[in-house]
Amino acid sequence: MKSWKCNRDTMLTEKRPPASAPRPYRFPAFERGTLPNGSRLIVCPIPKLPLATLMAVTNAGAGKDPNGREGTARLTAKLLVEGTRRWSGAQLAEQFEGIGTSLDSGADWDSATARVTFLTEHFDRVSELLGEVLLGPTFPERELQRLKSERVADLLQIESEPRGLADEAFESFLYTADSRFSIPSGGSKSSVPAISLGDVTAFHAQTYTPENTTFIVAGDLQYGRVYKKFCSALADWTRRSSAADTRPNAVAGSRRRGKLIEKADAPQSELRIGHAGLPRKNPDYFPVVVMNAILGGLFGSRINLNLREAHGYTYGASSYFDWRKDVGPFVISTAVATEVTGAALKEVFLEIDKIREERVSAAELSLARDYLDGVFPIRYETTAAVASALSNLVVQELDVDYFDSYRERIRAVSAEDVLNAARDHLHPNKLQTLVVGNVSAVREQLAELEVGELADAT
Amino acid sequence: MRIPIESYTLKNGLFVTLSEDHTVPLVAVNLWYHVGSANEKEGRTGFAHLFEHMLFQGSAHVGANEHFELIQRAGGTLNGSTWLERTNYFETVPSNQLALALWLEADRMGALLPAMTQQKLDTQRDVVKNERRWSVDNQPYGTTLEKLQELVFPRTHPFHHSLIGSMEDLSQASLDDVAEFFATYYAPDNAVLTICGDFEEGEARALVNEYFGDIPRGKKRITRPDMSVPPHFTSPELIRIPDNVGLRRVFVATRTPPFGSGDFYAASICAAILGSGKSSRLFKKLVREQQIAADVSAFTLDLAKGSDVFVADVTAKPEVSENALVEAVDNEIDSLVTDGVTDAEVNRAAALVTTELIKALETASERADRISMFATYFGDPALVNEQASKYGEVTAKTVSAFARKYLARERRSRLLYVPKDEVVEMQP
Repeated sequence: MKSWKCNRDTMLTEKRPPASAPRPYRFPAFERGTLPNGSRLIVCPIPKLPLATLMAVTNAGAGKDPNGREGTARLTAKLLVEGTRRWSGAQLAEQFEGIGTSLDSGADWDSATARVTFLTEHFDRVSELLGEVLLGPTFPERELQRLKSERVADLLQIESEPRGLADEAFESFLYTADSRFSIPSGGSKSSVPAISLGDVTAFHAQTYTPENTTFIVAGDLQYGRVYKKFCSALADWTRRSSAADTRPNAVAGSRRRGKLIEKADAPQSELRIGHAGLPRKNPDYFPVVVMNAILGGLFGSRINLNLREAHGYTYGASSYFDWRKDVGPFVISTAVATEVTGAALKEVFLEIDKIREERVSAAELSLARDYLDGVFPIRYETTAAVASALSNLVVQELDVDYFDSYRERIRAVSAEDVLNAARDHLHPNKLQTLVVGNVSAVREQLAELEVGELADAT
Repeated sequence: MRIPIESYTLKNGLFVTLSEDHTVPLVAVNLWYHVGSANEKEGRTGFAHLFEHMLFQGSAHVGANEHFELIQRAGGTLNGSTWLERTNYFETVPSNQLALALWLEADRMGALLPAMTQQKLDTQRDVVKNERRWSVDNQPYGTTLEKLQELVFPRTHPFHHSLIGSMEDLSQASLDDVAEFFATYYAPDNAVLTICGDFEEGEARALVNEYFGDIPRGKKRITRPDMSVPPHFTSPELIRIPDNVGLRRVFVATRTPPFGSGDFYAASICAAILGSGKSSRLFKKLVREQQIAADVSAFTLDLAKGSDVFVADVTAKPEVSENALVEAVDNEIDSLVTDGVTDAEVNRAAALVTTELIKALETASERADRISMFATYFGDPALVNEQASKYGEVTAKTVSAFARKYLARERRSRLLYVPKDEVVEMQP
C-alpha cells in the first residue's frame, strides 16, 4: 500500500475552486406564426451546425384512441410513412435514407409526432417528402397487418422483460379498467388485433388536420425560408374535420394495495410504488418538481442515497411524476435483490413519510434548485432536444415565456413550498405497491409491512 | 465540418486536447484512462468496472458521493463508463465551473487511495452485483455482450471474459487490488484529458497545469496484453441459449479489421447496408417482404485492437422456427458475399453515416469523448476530423471485397437465444 503515502502529499490545492462569473444563457429565441392552411409554425434558429430537426405535432395522441381499439393512434402515426399516393413505404424510406435521414413517427398519450433530423442542405427535399406524407397516406392493408403483428411480438417480449412488465402492470394497477391509462399507449394483446383499416382511416380523418397540427423547426434555418417552403409544400393540405374526444381516466385504489407478479427464477424484484400524480397544468408544478428531485429525482436524492449508497440494495432507485394533460402516475422505481425486497420497501415508505413530516435541509434544497437551474442549458444542446421542448410547450399548452421564466421559478421554490408540495401531493395512505419477482420468496418479507390488500397475478 | 484541435503533453505525460466552441456557455471535461476489462488479471473479472464505481467514492479532499453532489450543485451532468479497452469519466458544466470539474478529476487521479475503505468497497460491490442482476441476469438477452465475447475471442484472449464480471470474482476483489490497480493504471501518462466548449485557451492551460501538473507519472510499467488473434474463426460455432426470452433471436458474428484500420470503413458501411434503417437489406427482406422478423440491425463493435466484430442481429416473429430464422439471416449475408453491393446502397449508407458524424458533434460531451477516443487509441485527436473523408473513400468495390474476405459462411459464428423449455429443433 505504498502508493497511499506517495499520493497523499501531491500538491493539490486543498481549497475547492470557486466558480467564476457565469455567462448568460437564454433558451434560443423562436418565432411563431400561422400557415395559410391554418397550421401553426414555430421556427427556432440555431446556427451552430448545418443541422435541423423538423417535427409535425398533431393532436392525435393515444388519449383519443377509440374504446376497445387502443393502439389506433400509434398505428395511424406509423402508417403515415408506409405508403403515399406517389410512393410505397419502401420507396419512401429510400427517399429519406438517400439524404441521410429517416422520418420517425409515433404517438404518446397527448400527441402524435413525425420527426426528422437532417442536414440543412436537404431542407427543401425533406419539406416536400413531409408534404407527401401528410397529404396522401394510403394506409395499405398489408402494412397495417404487419405493424399489428410487430406490436403483438413486442408485447410478447415485454412479458418476458421484468422491467417493461412492471412498468405496464403498474399503470394498469393504478387506473380503473375503463380508463385509457390502464392499457399501454401502444395497445394490448386484445385491443391491437381488433383494429381494422376502417378504424385507422376514421381516426386519421378525424384528427390529422392542419388546425390540429403545429410544425416545429429547430436548427440552422430562418423563419422566412421555412414559411415560404411550407406554404408551397403544404398548399394542398386543407382538410377540415371535428376533433376526437379524449377518454377520461379514473384512479383505482383509494387506500394501500399491493400486487405480486411471479417471475420464478428472478434474481431481483422489480418494484414500483406510487399513486396517481398530477396533470401538467397543476399550479404546484414547480414545487413538486423540486420536491421530487430531493425525494428521488437526483443521484443525490434521499431514496437513491438510502437504497444504493447506504444499503447497497440496488444499482439505482428513482422517483418521477409522469406529466401528462390528464393525471399521470407518480412512481418510485427500483430493482433490488430478492432477499432485501421487504427491507427496501420499508425504506421507501419511511422516506415518503419523512419528506412530509419536516422541512428539507437548506443543503438539500440548494442542491435541487442549483442543479435544475444550472443544468437548464445542457438540456438543449441538440436541435432534436430544442424541437422536443417546443413540442412540449405546444402540446401541454404552456405559457410562451415558459423557458425564459423557468430558472427563476425553480429558484423561487422554498423549503416551505417543498413541504407543502409533499403534504398535498404525496399520499402515504394511498400507496400502490407492485412487485415483479420471486413471489414465494418475497411474500413473507411483506408480512410486517403495511402494503395493504394483496392481489396476486401470475 | 472540422472542429478546432489543440493538443499538448504535460511533463508527467498527461495528453491534453482543447477544442473551443463558444456557441453556448457550457464546457465538457472528459478523461480516458487506457485501461479496461482487457487488463484484468485472472480471477478478477469485473474489476475495472468495480474500480470505476470506487472513483465516485471520494478522494483526499472529496467525500463519498461528493463528486456527484458538487457537479450537480454546479448545474452539471456527469458519469463514467467502463469498456473492454478503456474507462472514461466525464462532466459537462456551465462554463464558469470549469475549474471545479478539473479540480475534482485531478483530486481523484492524484489522491484516490486515502479515501478508500473496506466499507465503501463492500457497498459498491453490492451495487455492482445488483447492476449485474439488473442489466444482465434479469434482462432478456442481457448476456449478449458476454456471450459474444466468449464466442468471438479465444479463451486466452483479453476480450474473452465478461466486462461486468462474475459474482464469484466480484466477491474476491480487495482493497489491495484497488491500490495496485490505481498505482498501475490511474496515472497521468496512462490518461488523456479533453476539454471542449466555452473556455479561453490560456485559462484552461493554466488550470490544467495547476491541478494536474504535479501528479507524478505512474510508477509501474504497464504491460499491454497481446491482443493479436487470427483474422477469421478456425472452427465456427452455433451456441444455443435457452433463456427467459419471449422471441427467438440470432446474433451472427464474424471477426473483422480493427476500428480505424483501412478495411474498417468498408466493414462499417457494409453493416449499414445490411442492417441500418428501413432500406437496409435485412429490413426490406425479413421485416417487410417475408415478415419473419420483428426487429433487425447490423453493426460493428468498433474495437480498436486485435480484431473488431461484425454482428447481424435479428429477432424472429413468434411463429418462425430457429432453422428458418438462422437460414434467412445467413442467406442475406451470403448474398453480400456472392453478389456484392451496389453504388446506390453505398451512397445511402454513406449519407446515413455522414449525418450521424455531424450529430455526434452537437453536444460538448460527445465531441470530447470522440476526441479522447482518437487520442487514446491512435495518439491523434485530429482524426475526429478525418472520419467523413475516410467513409467517403469507401466504394461498392471495396465493400464487396470486404464481404468476400470476411463474411463467408464458414467464417461466421452464431448465438441463438430461444425461449426456455423449448424443444431443441436444431443441433449445432
